[in-house]
Amino acid sequence: MRHIISIKEFEKEDIDALLDRARAIDAGNYDRHALEDRILGVLFFEPSTRTRMSFEAAMARLGGKSIDMGGVETSSVVKGETLADTVRVVSGYADAIVLRHPKEGAARLATEFSSVPVINAGDGAGQHPSQTLIDLYTIRQAMPIDGTDVGLLGDLRYGRTAHSLAYALTNYDVTIHTLAPESLEMPPNVIEDLRERGVEVVEHTDIAEFAHNLDVMYVTRIQRERFPDMASYYAVASSYRVTPELLSGARERMIVLHPLPRVDEIDPRVDALPHARYFQQARNGIPIRMALLQEVMG
Amino acid sequence: MSEPPKSLQISPIRNGTVIDHIPAGEAFNVLRILGITRATKETLSIATNVASAKAGRKDIVKIENRELKKEEVDRIALIAPQATINIIRNYLVFDKKGVQIPKLLHGVVKCPNPGCISNTNEPIQSRFEVTKKGLHCLYCDWYLTEDIAGHII
Repeated sequence: MRHIISIKEFEKEDIDALLDRARAIDAGNYDRHALEDRILGVLFFEPSTRTRMSFEAAMARLGGKSIDMGGVETSSVVKGETLADTVRVVSGYADAIVLRHPKEGAARLATEFSSVPVINAGDGAGQHPSQTLIDLYTIRQAMPIDGTDVGLLGDLRYGRTAHSLAYALTNYDVTIHTLAPESLEMPPNVIEDLRERGVEVVEHTDIAEFAHNLDVMYVTRIQRERFPDMASYYAVASSYRVTPELLSGARERMIVLHPLPRVDEIDPRVDALPHARYFQQARNGIPIRMALLQEVMG
Repeated sequence: MSEPPKSLQISPIRNGTVIDHIPAGEAFNVLRILGITRATKETLSIATNVASAKAGRKDIVKIENRELKKEEVDRIALIAPQATINIIRNYLVFDKKGVQIPKLLHGVVKCPNPGCISNTNEPIQSRFEVTKKGLHCLYCDWYLTEDIAGHII
């Protein structure tokens, strides 16, 4: 039984095979009845738009159905049911479970109690492997991953997508650049870990110098709740904003990615530039999640 | 004036286990790891800050009528890596061994990450692997690198 819990568990060959499968799906080469009669249990203990909808859409495109526990407030969770019990029960109803939960390690716990494959759709500040596969796929659509300079911008301390992507990139020949507001820098142990895995990590303090030396700029949301007041949030957020002016000196092939939702990090005027790939990235959620669902249930 | 005769600070036990060479002040943490608490039936002798030729000061714990198993004592290697375990039968040392840090720890230490699922009411025990960098939580991937004694469950 194959669970999808952390991108760290993927070998480079697994990642490349999955991205190849997603590309074939994107080109229309897939069986629309592949998961007919299969049911996906959708357990989301936190709000989500893109991840939940794209998993359900991916399941429907492969001919399968989804059952959804609804919001936490309408489920047995309000009665005090443990995640272990919820997972044990739902694994009797469904052929696979997709789980989002606010606690780190929740998906790993679910694998201990589930009789069907579990796909981690984000556990707290922990892992979100399908998002990382989408990020890699979007980079690969634009250029070969090997040989790229990939910049991570924003909340690199708590942002799970930036950490997951950084770990996945250690499978490739890339240089990772980081730029984050004070106190939201990438934790030293993560940087040390990335370097031990053979990747060069360059920490920046100047946003123009950062932006002009990249092939991929991965922007993450700076969360307002991390700041004591709105004034200090706006002061930081405005100095890390991606604008057409900032990108005027960027490499021609440079692409801007964002896992979305964005708030103030990217000026809407950037949307019209050829660098902007974040909406394409969101669309790529479908072929990647179709490939993952087939991987665990096919 | 002659020196007072040297005597044992705690008397020998007939049968049981003596844990020697515990770092000074860690005896109670050792007992906590072994699950020997106030509710225990065993007769215990605890000596702390005993003079030691090797370490200057050390603690000693004697547990009567209970022979600790290897998997039980290995867990104390986290805070007492130099400890020796003496199994006593009829006042004689029947077996003497050191401690080895196990590769995996189940339910021994608490994860330092407040957001970890192992710190909730789920029906699981904490799980750590022992690595060069510290204790690695197998649920949330955090590392416990300092104050291990303070995280013992």
